[in-house]
Amino acid sequence: MNLPMSWLSDYMDIDVTPKEYSDKLTMTGSKVEGYENMGENVENVVAGKVLTCEDHPDSDHLHVCTVDAGTGEVLQIVCGAPNVKEGIIVPVALVGAKLPGGIKIKKGKLRGVESYGMLCSHDELGITEDMLGYEPEYGILILPEDTEIGTDIKDLFGMNETVVEFEITSNRPDCFSIIGLARETAASFNKKFTIPEVKFTENDENIADTISVEVQDKDKCKRYCARMVKNVKIGPSPSWMQERLRACGVRPINNIVDITNYVLLEYGQPMHAFDLRDLQDKKIIVRRASEGEVIKTLDEQDRELTADDLVIADGKRAVAIAGVMGGFNSEVKEDTTTVIFESATFDGASVRLTAQRVGLRTESSSRYEKGLDYNNTVPAVERACQLVEQLGCGENVGGMIDVMGNVKDMETLPFRPEKINAFLGTDIPTEEMVKYFDALGIKTDLENMTVTPPSFRPDLEGEADIAEEVARFYGYDKIPVTLLSGEATCGKKTERQQMQDEVNELLNAQGMYEIYTYTFTSPSIFDKLNIPSDSNLRNVVKISNPLGEDTSVMRTTTIASMLDILARNYNYRNASARLYEVGKIFIPSEKEGELPSEPVKITMGMYGDKVDFYDIKGICESLFANLHVENVKYEAVTNNSTFHPGRCAKISVGGKVLGIIGEIHPAVGRKFGIETPVYIGELDFENIFLNINTDVKFKELPKYPAVTRDIAMLVDKNVPVAEIEEIIKKASGKMIESVQLFDVYEGEQIPEGKKSVAYSAVYRASDRSLTGEEVQKVFDKVVKNLENQLGAQLR
Amino acid sequence: MKQKLEEIKKNALAVLENAVDIETLEEARIKFLGKKGELTAVLKGMGQLTKEERPVIGALANEIRSTIENHIDTKKAEISQKLEEMKLKSEVIDVTMPGRAQKTGKLHPLTKVMNNIKNTFIGMGFEIAEGPEVEYDYYNFEALNIPPNHPARDTQDTFYITDNIVLRTQTSPIQVRVMEKTKPPIRVIAPGRVYRSDAVDATHSPVFHQIEGLVVDKGVTMADLKGTLEMFIHRLYGEDTKVRFRPHHFPFTEPSAEVDISCFSCGGKGCSVCKGEGWIEILGCGMVHPKVLANCGIDPEIYSGFAFGIGLERIAMGKYDINDLRLFFENDLRFLDQF
Repeated sequence: MNLPMSWLSDYMDIDVTPKEYSDKLTMTGSKVEGYENMGENVENVVAGKVLTCEDHPDSDHLHVCTVDAGTGEVLQIVCGAPNVKEGIIVPVALVGAKLPGGIKIKKGKLRGVESYGMLCSHDELGITEDMLGYEPEYGILILPEDTEIGTDIKDLFGMNETVVEFEITSNRPDCFSIIGLARETAASFNKKFTIPEVKFTENDENIADTISVEVQDKDKCKRYCARMVKNVKIGPSPSWMQERLRACGVRPINNIVDITNYVLLEYGQPMHAFDLRDLQDKKIIVRRASEGEVIKTLDEQDRELTADDLVIADGKRAVAIAGVMGGFNSEVKEDTTTVIFESATFDGASVRLTAQRVGLRTESSSRYEKGLDYNNTVPAVERACQLVEQLGCGENVGGMIDVMGNVKDMETLPFRPEKINAFLGTDIPTEEMVKYFDALGIKTDLENMTVTPPSFRPDLEGEADIAEEVARFYGYDKIPVTLLSGEATCGKKTERQQMQDEVNELLNAQGMYEIYTYTFTSPSIFDKLNIPSDSNLRNVVKISNPLGEDTSVMRTTTIASMLDILARNYNYRNASARLYEVGKIFIPSEKEGELPSEPVKITMGMYGDKVDFYDIKGICESLFANLHVENVKYEAVTNNSTFHPGRCAKISVGGKVLGIIGEIHPAVGRKFGIETPVYIGELDFENIFLNINTDVKFKELPKYPAVTRDIAMLVDKNVPVAEIEEIIKKASGKMIESVQLFDVYEGEQIPEGKKSVAYSAVYRASDRSLTGEEVQKVFDKVVKNLENQLGAQLR
Repeated sequence: MKQKLEEIKKNALAVLENAVDIETLEEARIKFLGKKGELTAVLKGMGQLTKEERPVIGALANEIRSTIENHIDTKKAEISQKLEEMKLKSEVIDVTMPGRAQKTGKLHPLTKVMNNIKNTFIGMGFEIAEGPEVEYDYYNFEALNIPPNHPARDTQDTFYITDNIVLRTQTSPIQVRVMEKTKPPIRVIAPGRVYRSDAVDATHSPVFHQIEGLVVDKGVTMADLKGTLEMFIHRLYGEDTKVRFRPHHFPFTEPSAEVDISCFSCGGKGCSVCKGEGWIEILGCGMVHPKVLANCGIDPEIYSGFAFGIGLERIAMGKYDINDLRLFFENDLRFLDQF
C-alpha cells in the first residue's frame, strides 16, 4: 500500500520528515518498506514555449529552436526530437538543471550551434506512462496548451510528493486505505484525527423509482449499497486527483472511474460504477453464478464461473464478478450519462476463492478477501457522490438503496488492565491504555471494565489482541527485558539426538563430509536404480501439487539422493569424495488418511582415492564399534540389482537388519553419470539405536600372558572367511581372546580353486598363565574342525 | 711401580684427550683397564711389593682406574652429544613445505549453525522436540489459528499430499504436538525441515529449515520473550548486537513481533546487506495465542507462553556471507570444505 504523505494533511496537522515518519510507523506495527520522492532527481526543469523552430544548417535531423521558458530571455536550444515544432509547450531543462541518472545540463555546442538547455521527453524526466495516463508520441513531451510558461515540471506532475510504501499484514484490512493509515499515523504521533464531513446535494428524485436491488445470498453479500448519478459528463478528472491516483500506482482513466478508485484508496472500500443503460430490466440481483456461466470481464477476457461464485446480475445476465471485476457489458463509456455506484461488502473467503479460480487478483479482491467492514459502504458511496458534485461531472439522484445481509456485530471484551500488564510484563497506567484505545476508535466502558472494538477492526477478538494494541502504542522497545523465572527445567538432548551427534563425530573423524539433500525426488529414480517393478520401494507418498515431476514424490530410499550428489562432485572434477547424510525416508501408511512413517537413514557414499568395498565396510565397523553395537553380521547379497552382485552385503544384528553396503552396479553408476566405482551404504538409524549396548562395563586389564598361535590353511576359494573365523572361535571356547586374519593369497603355488588363508589366534586366561599343553589341546580341536567342516588343508 | 702407574695414567689421559669417537674410547678402555690391559698387567706384579707398599699402590691403582673411567664417561658423553648435534644438523627439513593431510570430514554448515543454536538453548534449560515432516493440515494450520480459507494460507504455498495431509510449511506444528503431550512448564526448541512451493533461486528453496521455540508456564510475559531472545541473539552474534522488536502479525501469536538485529555487516550504518536500513530481520515471535493454548488443552487463564521461529539458512548465510541458498543443497566438496 502506497501513501502519498501530503494526503495525511486532509485528516490532521502533521509535519515530520519521511525518515521520522517511517521509523515511527514501523515501530507501531505498520512496516514501512521504503519511501521515495519522485522529483528528487529533477531540478530546474520548467514549461517553455517553442517560439521558432528551424532545421540545423549542418545536420539532417537536428533543429535549432528559440524557447521562452519564463526566464526573461529567449533561449536558443538545439533539439533532435522529430516532433518538435513551433508553438508547442514542452519541458525545458535549463542550464544547470538535474535529470534522473545524475545528468547535469550544461551550455554546449551541437555541430557548431550553441545550445542553452534541453527539451525533454517524459522518459528523460522519469515520468511514466501511468503518471501521464496516456501513451505519448515518440519524441519530446508535449504539454497542454494552457500550461503556464515557467511552471516547475514537478508541480505539473505532482513530483514533489513523497510516497511511503507500507507492508500491510493480512489482519489489518483497514490499513489498506489512506484513512486507515492516517488513523494509525495520528495514534502513533499523538495527533488529533478527523475525517472531514461528507456533504452533497441530492435532487428530488429517488433511485428506488429507477432500479431495484435484490440480494439472494445474504451470507456471501453482507451489505449492498447503491446510489445513482445522472447527467454524467465523462471526461478527465482534475490534476490533483490524477496526481494522488498516480502516486498510489493507479492509472487515471476518466472522472467516474477515477472517483471509484479514489474512494477505494481513501476509504479502502472497493466501488464499481455501472452504466444504467446496460442494466437490463433495471434490476440488480446479487446471486450465485450458474455452473459454467461465462462473463466477459473489463479486461475483455471470458471467465467461466461455478455455482460457488457470487455475481452481480441484472434481470438477464451477470454484469460483474462480485468483489473481483466488473463486466465488459456494463462498463462506463465515453457516452455514459447515468451511472449506478455500487458500494458493497462481500464475504472475504468467497471472493478469495473466486479470484483464485478465475485467476484474477485485483485491487478490489485483495481488499475483500481480508474481510471488509460493512459499516464502511455508506460513507464510501457518499464520498463518491460528494466527489461527483465537487468535480461537477454529474447530478446526484436522491436516496440510496441499502440492503443488509447477514452480519455480526463486534463483541464487547473484558478490559482487565492488570491482566494486560501481567501478560506484557509492564506497569502501564489504565488511563494511558484508554488513551490508546480512543485514538484507535476502541470504545472503553470503565464502569463495566469492557472495551468494544470498532467494526473496521475484526482482528480484535480477545484480550490478547487488546494487549497487543496497548503494547504497540506503549512501544515494544519500552517493554522491559527479563529472564524466565519459575520452575527450573533441565535442558538436554534425547538419547537418539545424542546418537546423532556421535554418528556425526565418528563419520567426520573417518573423513566423511556431511551433506543435505532434498527429501522429495522423481518417480523415475526407481528405474534409474534398477529397482524391480514389484518392489515395495515404489510405493511412495505423492505430492498432489508438486513443483515438477522430478520433485513429485517423497523418497523411499536415500541412495539416489547420494548418487546425485556424488555425480555432481564427479562432474565438478572433484577427484574423490566421501560423503554422508543423516536424513529421512517416507514410507506410506497402510491405513488410508494416516501419516507415513519417517525412518531416518544414515547414508554413506564414496568414490575415488582407490577406495574399495573394504573402506566402506571399515567405516561401518568402526562406527558400530564406537557406538557399542556388537555381534554385527555381514552377509553377501547377490540379488540387489542396485549393487554389484559380488560386492554387496547385508548388515544385521540378531536378525535385525541394520542396512546394506556395497559397490553400486556399474550400469546404475553410468545412469547417474559416474564412470568410476562408487560405494554406498544405507543404514537404519533406529535399528542401530536399538542395538546399542548401553551397559558398557570395564573389563579388568589382563594380568597373565597370552599365547599366540598362527594357522595357515588352504580352503576352497568361495569359502567366506567369516566362516573360518566362526569355526576357530567356536572350537577355541572361552580361552580365545581374538582371531585376526593376516593373509589371504591366491595364485602361484596355490592349487586352482583354492586360496590360502592365515590367522593369528590369541589365547588367554584371566586367572592363570596358560600352559603349552592346554593351548595345544584347544588348537588341535580347531585344526580338526577346520579340516572336517571346510576340508581345510593345513600348510 | 708407582712410576709405571703414573705413566699409564698419563698415557691414558693423553689418548682420551685426543679421542673423537666412541670406538677410540672403547679401545682405550680395553688397552688400559681391560683384563689384559696395562693396568691389570702392572697390578699382577703387586706380589713383589712389600706389605707396607701394597695398600699404597693398591689405593693409587684404584684411584687411577676410577680417574680413567671418569674420563672415559665424560668424554663419551661429550662425543655422544657432539654426534647427536651433527646428526640433527644433517636432518634439517624445510618446515615451510606443506603438511601431509590427515583425512577428516566436516559437518555441513547448516548443522554447525544448528548445533550452535541448539547448545545455546540447551544452556537456557530447553529440550529438543521433533515432529513429522508430512503433517496433518490440522497441526500445520488449524490448531495454529489458521482455519481453511484464512488469508495467511496464501503466503505459505503449501505442498499437499491429500486434502488434509501436507508437507509442513513451518515447524510450528511441533508446538501443538508438544503442548498436547506435555504439561507446563514447557521449554523446547524444535528444529526441522519445512517445505514451501517456491521455485529454486538464489534466495528461495522449496526445502529449508526452521527452529521453533516454545515456552509455556504460569506468568510468562512478553518481557520474558524479549529477555530470552536477546540473550540468544547476544550469544549468537555478540554482546554488542542491538536488538529491535517490531510489531508484526502471525495468526498463532498475539502480540506478535519480528526481531531485527543491527546489521552485522555495517553495524547499523546502512549498507547493501541491510538494504540501507541498518537492520536485518532474523526471526518472528510472539505470545502464544490464547486460542492455540486452548486448542491444545492448556487453560490460557492460568498459563501463558511465547513462541518464536528462526530461519536456519538465513542465519547461516549471514554468518558465513553465503550469497546463494542453492549451495547448501548442491553439496560441492569445495563448498563443504570451507566450514
